[in-house]
Amino acid sequence: MSAVELLGTATPNLPSRPSPRFLFSELGIIFGRRRNLAGLAVLAVVPIVLAIAVKVSSPGSGGGPDFVSAITGNGLFVAFAALAVELPIFLPLAVSVIAGDSVAGEANIGTLRYLLTIPAGRTRLLLTKYAAILLFALVAVLVVAVVGTVMGLSLFGGGPMTLLSGSQTSMADGILRLALACLYITVQLGALGAIGLFVSTLTEQPIGATVAVVLINVMMFVLDSISQLDWLHPWLLTHWWTAFGDVLRDPIATDDLGRGLLTAAVYAGVFWLAAWARFSSKDITS
Amino acid sequence: MADPVSTRDLTKQFRRQTAVDGVDLAVPAGAVYGFLGPNGSGKTTTIRMLLGLISPTRGEISMLGMPMPERSGEALRRIGALVEGPAFHPYLSGRANLARLDAADRHSDRHTAASRIDAALDRVGLLAAAGKRYRAYSLGMRQRLAIANALLMPRDLLILDEPTNGLDPQGTREVRHLIGDLASDGATVVVSSHLLAEVEQMCSHVGVMFEGRLVSQGSLAELQAGTTKTVRVDTDRPEDAARVLRELGLTDVASLDGYATGTLGKVEVTKIVPNLVDDLVPVLGFTVRSPSLEDVFVSLTGEGFDVSG
Repeated sequence: MSAVELLGTATPNLPSRPSPRFLFSELGIIFGRRRNLAGLAVLAVVPIVLAIAVKVSSPGSGGGPDFVSAITGNGLFVAFAALAVELPIFLPLAVSVIAGDSVAGEANIGTLRYLLTIPAGRTRLLLTKYAAILLFALVAVLVVAVVGTVMGLSLFGGGPMTLLSGSQTSMADGILRLALACLYITVQLGALGAIGLFVSTLTEQPIGATVAVVLINVMMFVLDSISQLDWLHPWLLTHWWTAFGDVLRDPIATDDLGRGLLTAAVYAGVFWLAAWARFSSKDITS
Repeated sequence: MADPVSTRDLTKQFRRQTAVDGVDLAVPAGAVYGFLGPNGSGKTTTIRMLLGLISPTRGEISMLGMPMPERSGEALRRIGALVEGPAFHPYLSGRANLARLDAADRHSDRHTAASRIDAALDRVGLLAAAGKRYRAYSLGMRQRLAIANALLMPRDLLILDEPTNGLDPQGTREVRHLIGDLASDGATVVVSSHLLAEVEQMCSHVGVMFEGRLVSQGSLAELQAGTTKTVRVDTDRPEDAARVLRELGLTDVASLDGYATGTLGKVEVTKIVPNLVDDLVPVLGFTVRSPSLEDVFVSLTGEGFDVSG
């Protein structure tokens, strides 16, 4: 069959429906890369190490963070503790790698020009790339949570869960609260991913973009730790990240969570639009 | 019907340099258009503008009758392109790379993807190596894969930037035949190249870029008609032959060892040999030579095929 033999019947005006096919292909590339799988494996190691460390250490030697000392009471806390441990660096780093690579990686190897002449459409390309970043963030968080839950339940058992406010709740409610925490963290990482998407449209060096996003993330943590800058803290994306622990209060303390979601939404919106403004008019010379 | 490729005053300025300067391209439907010029003359920048990858500083572009970039989505899906060499994901196979690009096309049908991909791979002779990782491909195989990408969907216009780059003579011949097939099936083809002899063999029309300007454009015949033909008389009395040629009105006459040459000008070719014979000059051979594309090119640009700065 020749491609051109079909010319007579070619190019029917198909409705431009959004196709999940491009997104699947994008996810296939992300999760097909050994580097990314290795990164997810590293994320999974933390809850394993954490659970084993608590198991072998003598009970009652406490004094650690809330979650860690609670682990011996209910294995589900391994997942919460692992999320808390990985939130400042490991999870943002994983998202930064994917987000930094998103556009700059394609530009770097030259595939961007072929995607655009297909035509994939510039806005559609950015939307697909960002959807893939969000899904990767969700998978990364779930890897930590699921491995933590499995490890915790197998080493410490489940059963009723004592919340931070002291009241008891059922195992099922605990899992639901863990799911809420995962979603909250995914949204926060998604906002960081939007920053990464924007930086990625500025350069053809994926590593440079990743380093820049990691630096931005660390910088926000540093600024958040300087008490003289407390007027700035509510405006920092990372300031609200640890609020995910509020899902363990009874009732769930929604003030900081709500503020955190709003901050993340604004960051995501602003940087996504900045990425779009930059990319939609950019000369592709790579 | 509008020309498949038409630009008016197309200009691109980078910070200091004017890469493309007032180019008016006109590629007629069904043509195989050779887009020529030395490295750095603005060919690739022009092609990138045609494909909406970079935006012009000034000027208008119409592709398949549609203004660019306003209707680029509609136009581009009828255009197959190879831009500045192949570029694919190194750790994916050739087939997986094509599947990736096909998935990015919102108009392609996923149910026919596998058969279209194999047909395109077969057409460029890459089917046997389709499962190999791209990084293991030779330059020629990479080039073929890029051409296969341009053939994934039925196209009305193909824009191929240096399609034979890195191919062996056999591959070059195959690509030339492929381009001929595509053109005879009704597609318009724009081929940029720096290999003049190759363009001469496959193109019906030619545009010559030099230092950002389109210095000449037209059918191959028109372009060659603009320059003069030369005649060569093989003889054992070259001096006498040269005298006759001069008397007939030929210019630039020279007598060399064993032959005489001259520029034909307006002299009728048919008068030359009888005149030589009348003067008893033995004519051992007589040839009229049209200028090669390279001669045309040199006469247009005033220089050889060097990099312009």
